[in-house]
Amino acid sequence: MKSMGEMLLRREAFAEIVMGNTALVRAMVVAGTQVVTAYPGSPTPEIATAILSIPADRRPFYFEFSTNEKVATEVAYGASVNGHLATVFFKSVGLNVAADTFVQLSLMNLMGGLVVVLGDDPGANSSQNEQDNRHYAQLAYTPVIEPADPAEVYSFYIEAARLSRQLRMPVILRLTTHVCHAKQKVRFPAWQPPAQVDRTPRFDVGNGPYIPLPFSVPELKQRALGRLEAVRGQAVACGLHRFVDHGNRQRGVIAWGLPFLSLLDALGDVQPKPDILKLGIVYPLDHGQIAAFLDEHQEVLVLEELDDLLEKEIKAKAYDLGLRTKIVGKLDAGDWIGEYTADKVKGILHKLWPDLVPAPPEIALNVAVPDRPPQMCPGCGHRSAFHAIKQALAADDITVADIGCHTLGYLPPYELGQLLMCMGASPGIGAGMSLFNTNRRVLVFMGDSTFYHAGLPGTINALHNRHNLTMIVMENGTTAMTGHQDHAGSGRNINGPAPKLPIRKILEGLGVEAIFETDTYQQRQLTDLVRKAMAVEGFSVVIARHPCMLKFTREARRKPGFEPRRVDIDQETCERIHACVAVFGCPTFTRLPDGQIEINPDLCIGDGSCIQTCPTQAITKPAKTGA
Amino acid sequence: MTTFNIYMTGVGGQGIGLLSEVLLRAADHAGLMVKSVDTHGLAQRGGIVVSQLRIGPQAHSPLIPAHAADLVVALERHEALRAAHAALKAGGVLIYYDALWQPLAVRLGQAPAVSAEAVAEKCGALGARLIRVHRPNLTDARMQNIVVLAHIQRLGLIAHLEAAHYEHAMEDLLRGSTLEENLALFDAERQPAS
Repeated sequence: MKSMGEMLLRREAFAEIVMGNTALVRAMVVAGTQVVTAYPGSPTPEIATAILSIPADRRPFYFEFSTNEKVATEVAYGASVNGHLATVFFKSVGLNVAADTFVQLSLMNLMGGLVVVLGDDPGANSSQNEQDNRHYAQLAYTPVIEPADPAEVYSFYIEAARLSRQLRMPVILRLTTHVCHAKQKVRFPAWQPPAQVDRTPRFDVGNGPYIPLPFSVPELKQRALGRLEAVRGQAVACGLHRFVDHGNRQRGVIAWGLPFLSLLDALGDVQPKPDILKLGIVYPLDHGQIAAFLDEHQEVLVLEELDDLLEKEIKAKAYDLGLRTKIVGKLDAGDWIGEYTADKVKGILHKLWPDLVPAPPEIALNVAVPDRPPQMCPGCGHRSAFHAIKQALAADDITVADIGCHTLGYLPPYELGQLLMCMGASPGIGAGMSLFNTNRRVLVFMGDSTFYHAGLPGTINALHNRHNLTMIVMENGTTAMTGHQDHAGSGRNINGPAPKLPIRKILEGLGVEAIFETDTYQQRQLTDLVRKAMAVEGFSVVIARHPCMLKFTREARRKPGFEPRRVDIDQETCERIHACVAVFGCPTFTRLPDGQIEINPDLCIGDGSCIQTCPTQAITKPAKTGA
Repeated sequence: MTTFNIYMTGVGGQGIGLLSEVLLRAADHAGLMVKSVDTHGLAQRGGIVVSQLRIGPQAHSPLIPAHAADLVVALERHEALRAAHAALKAGGVLIYYDALWQPLAVRLGQAPAVSAEAVAEKCGALGARLIRVHRPNLTDARMQNIVVLAHIQRLGLIAHLEAAHYEHAMEDLLRGSTLEENLALFDAERQPAS
């Protein structure tokens, strides 16, 4: 594979090794998707990487990273009511942000169709929870289709788009982390680009009503429920379900998504294998198909990762139908938690059918190796910021973190950011903590991308309600945690140059009077400014800026004539105070068993931000490594 | 054929992603059925990176069950030992590049660093073959993964994979001088030690 972009537009049929996220983009191309919107968040950013591998002038659809998930959903909705097939994608918790708009979608006539691609995260690999977004689907009368691997990501998206367009309703394609990131060879059918694409804005109030008000809501809800029944009616005909017949009329398992593959692995070569009903559309269920499967087996396990939605529905239906099959779902709290890997599924099968599946191996508790929590990178401006800010704080001051790389400040040696909730929450939480509080000062952190995403309302609230707190804007010029996407302050968007919206100007425009600003490498000045800001009665802001050094270093390495630099330790001067390694805490510093400090040449980027932290000036100026 | 599981691990920034992608494509070029998955979370920030690869038609999920890796490839000593505990099967093979990127507790002076002896001891307990690779004079740390790849090929640690399959995979993934440098290093490291 030489070019992903070329591959995604290939006209002839082909087979290629792809990630689930990449297969999705080929499906968007083939389905004729016209508008795609997103907000970056794991496990979905590689969808954008694949989209951007297609040169802008050849991209068959419009793509943007919107300011947040709610706005992304609204842009997709607007495009859909104009008649364009649209898709919005974001991570699991992104749906919480988008919810206010999302829950209305099923009430509307989505003329072009709209597929909502969710990157759910069972196991909370890179999220603040492992919420099961199927709850939202039920809340909003929205079908859910769940693929198990990259090949199904492709074909299930095509089906989701078809259903959505046909029924003019939203459809969720629910991916999970290791479906997004799984790689395998997928056979893709040929694609013939349409000779002409109709991009006429076809919005027509006659397709409405598009105003959900008391008098129209019952009618709109009736239509949404009717569409859900239409999907239920098509669920079997869609061909997304599969019956794995092992000729076992005693035991059966209902499974879908990645847990279905885990089930196959967990069963291995045990005999006799249970029959398996593998679902594609998991909401709404085709009750006839489920009832037939129940009826054919004496005992059926609903193998359901995270929460027990299908278990409840299937049990209720069996009760209505008077079926006497023993239906088993969750047996204990452990079954609600974590990703359903093969080991997890083995444990579940063993609890239910100990004669069939032996207990999985104990997972060794790894006491032999110290943990390796993620760290701020060498040279990270946030490290200098935390180092400096800590010196301005009293022991019982309260610090509130927000989402972003700076969240890592909660770790030792900084331990700044004692609470974390979700995107943009810190000024609101900080405001609450400042009430009736005259002795413990409140400091909140805010990343720059997060400020635009959801930080503005909390900031405005702090001003409007005259809260007494200090906000540190940790400005690194990018959306660093999710892979360096541009934001509204970058001066570019994904498609080209864009107006720059500096946070300082926004704050000034809002009327914030106490704004302080410095580069975080100016550690002494930053300490001083934080002291000043916290002395201000009311709302104050310190903009602590430094470019993301991971991005900066990557870009520098690509330039011709780049010469790596690094600092060194003058062992004669070093008094082994260990401020560099244990207080400033850059991962570059390596502690030898005898207490001597060395520089890890693989890690040091020669930024020199550490030099000022050594009380004996034993860290030398960055010099060329001669490599 | 029985499933062959390869568990690759290191620290964010060490090049586990490329190593995994080369093995995935090399296995495909060799005509094997193969699946893989990267499990990285916040790895870009100096956390643990794990990539899992499974060869054979009986591998359904890309995730390897606990203690079921036939081959563990680690690019860092602490992670080599961690993976030996969590992933390596008894009688398997562990190959690691002996880089030392100290975890937080070690740098804070709260825990001792893992020694090469500890890795050897664990492999001994598992009856696993241990291969330690280290090149102090390697100019670019980001090429440690290629050194390890060359040893995997030279020692025939993955059945059916020939040098040409690895080279073909690298040609799929790299360009220009980076490709040339990596191919040259791969070739040099494949030669038996003189």
